[in-house]
Amino acid sequence: MDEKIVFTLNGKPVTVAADGGRMLLGVLRYDFGLLGVKYGCGEGFCGACTVLVDDAAVRSCRTPLKDVKGRRIVTIEGLAVGEALHPLQKAFMKNDALQCGYCTSGMILNAYGLLRRDPNPSRAKIIDEMSGNLCRCGTYARIVAAVQDAAREMRGEK
Amino acid sequence: MSAKDPRELDFFDASYLPPMDRREFLKVFGGGIVIAFSLADFADGQEGQRGRGPGGNLPTDFNAFLAVGGDGKVACLTGKIEMGQGIVTSLAQMMADELDVPLDAVVMVMGDTDLCPWDMGTFGSMTTRMFGPAMRAAAAEARAVLVDLAAEELHRPAAQLATRDGVVYDIEDPAAKVAYARLAKGRKIERHLEKKPPVKSAGAFRVVGTPQLRRDAREKVTGRARYAGDMLFPGMLHARILRPPAHGAKLVSADISEAEKMPGVRVVKEADFVAVLHESPDAAEAALAKITARFDLPAGGPDDKTIYDHLLKAAPKGEESGLKGSLEAGAKLADPMVESTYLNAYVAHAPIEPHTATVRIEGDKVTAWISTQRPFGDKDEIARALGVQAANVRVIPPFVGGGFGGKSGNPQAVEAARLAKATGRPVQVAWSRREEFFYDTFRPAAIVKIRSGAAKSGSIVLWDFAVYFAGQRGSDHFYDIPNSRTTVYGSGWTGGPGTHPFATGAWRAPSNNTNTFARESQIDIMASRAKIDPVEFRLRNLKDPRMIRVLKAAAAKAGWTPAPSPSGRGYGIACGTDAGTYVTHIAEVEVDKAGGKVQVKKVVVAQDMGLSVNPAGAKLQMEGAITMGLGYALAEEIHFKNGEILDVNFDTYEIPRFSWTPAMETVVLDGGDAPPQGGGEPPIIGMGGAVANAIFDAVGARLFQLPMTPARVKAALEKKAP
Repeated sequence: MDEKIVFTLNGKPVTVAADGGRMLLGVLRYDFGLLGVKYGCGEGFCGACTVLVDDAAVRSCRTPLKDVKGRRIVTIEGLAVGEALHPLQKAFMKNDALQCGYCTSGMILNAYGLLRRDPNPSRAKIIDEMSGNLCRCGTYARIVAAVQDAAREMRGEK
Repeated sequence: MSAKDPRELDFFDASYLPPMDRREFLKVFGGGIVIAFSLADFADGQEGQRGRGPGGNLPTDFNAFLAVGGDGKVACLTGKIEMGQGIVTSLAQMMADELDVPLDAVVMVMGDTDLCPWDMGTFGSMTTRMFGPAMRAAAAEARAVLVDLAAEELHRPAAQLATRDGVVYDIEDPAAKVAYARLAKGRKIERHLEKKPPVKSAGAFRVVGTPQLRRDAREKVTGRARYAGDMLFPGMLHARILRPPAHGAKLVSADISEAEKMPGVRVVKEADFVAVLHESPDAAEAALAKITARFDLPAGGPDDKTIYDHLLKAAPKGEESGLKGSLEAGAKLADPMVESTYLNAYVAHAPIEPHTATVRIEGDKVTAWISTQRPFGDKDEIARALGVQAANVRVIPPFVGGGFGGKSGNPQAVEAARLAKATGRPVQVAWSRREEFFYDTFRPAAIVKIRSGAAKSGSIVLWDFAVYFAGQRGSDHFYDIPNSRTTVYGSGWTGGPGTHPFATGAWRAPSNNTNTFARESQIDIMASRAKIDPVEFRLRNLKDPRMIRVLKAAAAKAGWTPAPSPSGRGYGIACGTDAGTYVTHIAEVEVDKAGGKVQVKKVVVAQDMGLSVNPAGAKLQMEGAITMGLGYALAEEIHFKNGEILDVNFDTYEIPRFSWTPAMETVVLDGGDAPPQGGGEPPIIGMGGAVANAIFDAVGARLFQLPMTPARVKAALEKKAP
């Protein structure tokens, strides 16, 4: 039942021999040890497991492995370049846009997907696009500010 | 009350820990200077003045350590844990200031039961107000030891020496100096703090009181922060456990033959505890699906609609407190008398990280990584379950992905320990979201009945408050009322056998969300009947200067202009006290009359929390509490029937989202030298009351039940219509 599936993971080509029906969440965590990807609800309702597939934010708990053949996956571990953090990561830190941190990877990657499509989203659009990601600690207001800050930096405005 | 289980304490605004035996904690701690201290030495100030709480005595054993290392780092060892509330930053600030070291030099070691001394658990907003003073005193003592050592080293009198940035220096000759690192290197000095040394006054603080960003943020934004489920070991098995479909269901039979045939699958069956394990969690899940099980289902029992009648019938004898004046006399003066019943539903903690534990047994040593608010309690429970000495069990809490009271109990850790023993392999038990909703210790459904009245002048003359099953915390009022009584029926912890159809427990500011919602709604009803502005009405009935100050600060921040409710503006107010902190919420709402949907547009919170150690952290907690509080105010409710929990994920159990977030303004009043009080819980207690009062102010419909769902708002609107 296992098949060889090739894709790009955090910039490197990888091959995994696995059942293509397995969800990406488990493959990333347990086959590749990328533990920044989190299980929150298993049904796509919370966004803690969000990763990027070809720069678009997807719920890895609902994405079968066979769907990512030949595609480019980025997890939170692949966002920084060495010790140089991505503007979103810096903006989350600067705005204290996290508490327990469990939803943070998913928040950052969901915001990344948004900013790839729209480098200058309105506040309302950020709220709308982020509303599928849940934070129980209640840091939403800070996250909106962080996404706005990061967007400005990515546009070269500061 | 007898506090057999420390978790019970959380339902009281208690400040005291349960009594316990003196234990020897001093251990060999490499080189350096180690200070042990006991919380018992620091029971004065605010907490002491309140008198002995229901919890009994303070502990007499050593309750924390700090160690100044030969590398100049200062380790603060505390049994408290970090779950997002930010004490990893604020405790380090307190340590840095008292010891005169840079904030970066402080290393927090939290909750590790082998390294850190016993702690009851991280709840009740007790870290800063109870642990904080003791820790500061220990740091002051360590600084005194360092100065003594420096006096020998520098051949100068100690009185002439001062400390700054990890260095002891001569005030008159600053070039004569020696670093803490050098003083501590190669030494092994243990000091037990017998008496409280002087600590710095607020004016001398350099780090405390300054806003500091979270110290754990970098790990969390890079995905490097490790949680209990991130502890993976070679040969480790992931477990999936056979669960009953409903509370009270009994396993009749389980056919495990198909699961056993699957390659790599281990099946453990001990009476009705049936688990499948595999090195791959996906394979374990697949194996669980192969088990055919039959359960005997419970018949009947209350559901989410009949629960309130059930609870009133199940209520034990009430405990009266705060009896003042004559209720009879008060009733005669009341014009009019207002009698109301308030309800609130069971509410889930729903942290985004479900309960998780990883357990490894090597020889007779058991190590458990647990998503826990109560590592020392887990340690004892694991030891009991495995039949080993507690000394052989080590609990290490990694980062905890949200707790809110729900991670004080950790049955998943006992499950993982049993399975590790049964299989001889490291085992991880990570609850699914469905399991999390099933085994959560819900905030109890509760009823509050209030009979009260004001005289025509607007003075409240009668207050008779009875709460069923929410608990005592926040049930005492702070208004100046001549005839008054509070009666508490049943506690919130379990309520006793036959009370709740499933487990209940402490939920962020336990009891107080319920009690404050009821009290502040009732105050508003009286204000409205008297046609007096709700801020003015409260001020007329307050004498407590702290509450008056906080109320005025909130009103000023909100730009409050007086008008009796309903004014049509949609402004609501609620005052409260929790964990030593005084707080006022003002909410502004918009109500969709057709659909009943409420949008909270703005929330102002003002609080007096004594000294604010980390103003940035306090603000973060206030905003988080406002946001989380929207959930229990507007949407969160566990539906159940015949023991089955009908809400099993975030599709039907709605928690606040980005789109709900109101504009927020926070005011932390200058606490001066007043000891720091609670910060994580107080700013959530007024959300139900402020929103209920704002809805009334907007549309003239009074909500008596939490959550205030669109259906309930519509029903209230229809009831109000002529």
